Amino acid sequence: MRITLNGAPRDLACHPAARLLDVLREECGLTGTKEGCGEGECGACTVLIDGAAVCSCLVPAAQVSGASITTIEGLGDDHPLPRAFMDEVGAQCGICTPGMIMTAVTLGSRPSLARIRVALAGNLCRCTGYEAIYRAIRKP
Amino acid sequence: MLRDEEGVVPLAGATDLYVGLNFGTLEPRRFVNLWGLAPLRRIALRGGTLSIGALATYTAMIRSRQVQRRLPMLAQAAREVGGMQIQNRGTLGGNIANASPAGDTLPVLAAAEATVVLRSTSGERRVPFAGFYTGYRESLRRPDELITAVEVGTVEGAQWFRKVGTRAAQAISKVVMAAVRSPAPRIALGSVAPTVIRLSRTERALADGAGIDDAAGIAESEIQPIDDLRSTAGYRRRVVSNLLRRFWSDTAPG
Repeated sequence: MRITLNGAPRDLACHPAARLLDVLREECGLTGTKEGCGEGECGACTVLIDGAAVCSCLVPAAQVSGASITTIEGLGDDHPLPRAFMDEVGAQCGICTPGMIMTAVTLGSRPSLARIRVALAGNLCRCTGYEAIYRAIRKP
Repeated sequence: MLRDEEGVVPLAGATDLYVGLNFGTLEPRRFVNLWGLAPLRRIALRGGTLSIGALATYTAMIRSRQVQRRLPMLAQAAREVGGMQIQNRGTLGGNIANASPAGDTLPVLAAAEATVVLRSTSGERRVPFAGFYTGYRESLRRPDELITAVEVGTVEGAQWFRKVGTRAAQAISKVVMAAVRSPAPRIALGSVAPTVIRLSRTERALADGAGIDDAAGIAESEIQPIDDLRSTAGYRRRVVSNLLRRFWSDTAPG
C-alpha cells in the first residue's frame, strides 16, 4: 500500500492488520515514535495522520493507505518545538517527548495554557511534572 | 462478507478492539475494515432529524455545528472520551457496537431516544435505542449487520451530561449520566448496570411532581451497581444520588 511518509511517497509491504507503530519503527526504521503502553493511554506513540494526532499503536496499517503520515523525524532540524523542549528542559528520559511534540504540533502557534492542557491530556510524562513541557510549547 | 463468513469483526477506529488485540485478550481474527466508507461519516440535519453517521469520530461530533446546536450533550460526552488521539479515531458506531455498559455516548443516546440504523445485504432497519441492548455486551445487531447511522429527533428541554472518573481524561467512567429537563424528564445512566439504563420510575415520579429526595430514593432501586476494578457499588450509589441532585438544581428554571 502507498502512503506519504514525512513528505515522501512510500510503499509498505506490511500485513494490513499490523500496527502503524510497528510499521514505522521496523519496516520504515523510524524509531523516534515510542511504545509506552500499547493501549492508547500514554500517547508516546503519537504521530499525525493527515494532520490529526493519533496513537499509532491502535491504527491498523490498512487504514493509512493513501494517507499522509508525519512522525517526529518529519519535523526537520529547524522546527521550533524540539528546540524549545531542549531550551526549557522539557525532556528528561525523553520517552514521552516525541509524542508530546507531535501532539503539540497540532496546536499551532501560541496556544493558551488551557488548550495545551486539554490537548496533552492523552500524553503522559513520568519525569518532568509537565510544567517544563507547557513552557516549551508556549515559547513563541 | 459479514453475511457469509462467521466471526468477522467490523473494524472502525480500532481504539478498543486493538487494545484487546495488543493485550492478548482478543483472539486474532479477521476484521473487515470500515475506515474508508466515507458516506458513513456524514453528520446532517434532515428536516427535524439529526443523522450522525456511524463512522463519525468524536472529533467530528465535537466540531459539528449541528451536534452542538441540536445535541450538545453528545459533543460534551465526546470531549470526555479518552484524549485527542482517541477522539480522532474512535467512532459513534464503535461506541455503540462495543456495547460496554460504560460507553460515554450511550446514556446520551438513551436520553435523546435515538434510533439506530442497521444495514445488511437483506436491507435496512431502524431500531429504537431504548431496546437495542438485550444484556451485558449483547445487542439486537445481527452478525451480518453494520450500524450505519444514529438518528435523533428534536430533544425538548435542557440537556445535561456528567461523567465521573478517576481523572478528567483517559478514564473509563465510574458513573456516567445524561439527562433532559422538561415536564417529562429523562435520566440515563452508564456503569451502574449490565447495560445503559433509563430511570423510568424516577422519571415518572419527577414528572408527577415528586421532590428530588424522593426521586433519589427511587433511583437507588433502579440501578444495579457492582464492585469492579474501577469503583464500588456503594460509591456508585452515592455518586448517582449526587448527580441526580446536581442535574435537578443545575437545570432548575429561573
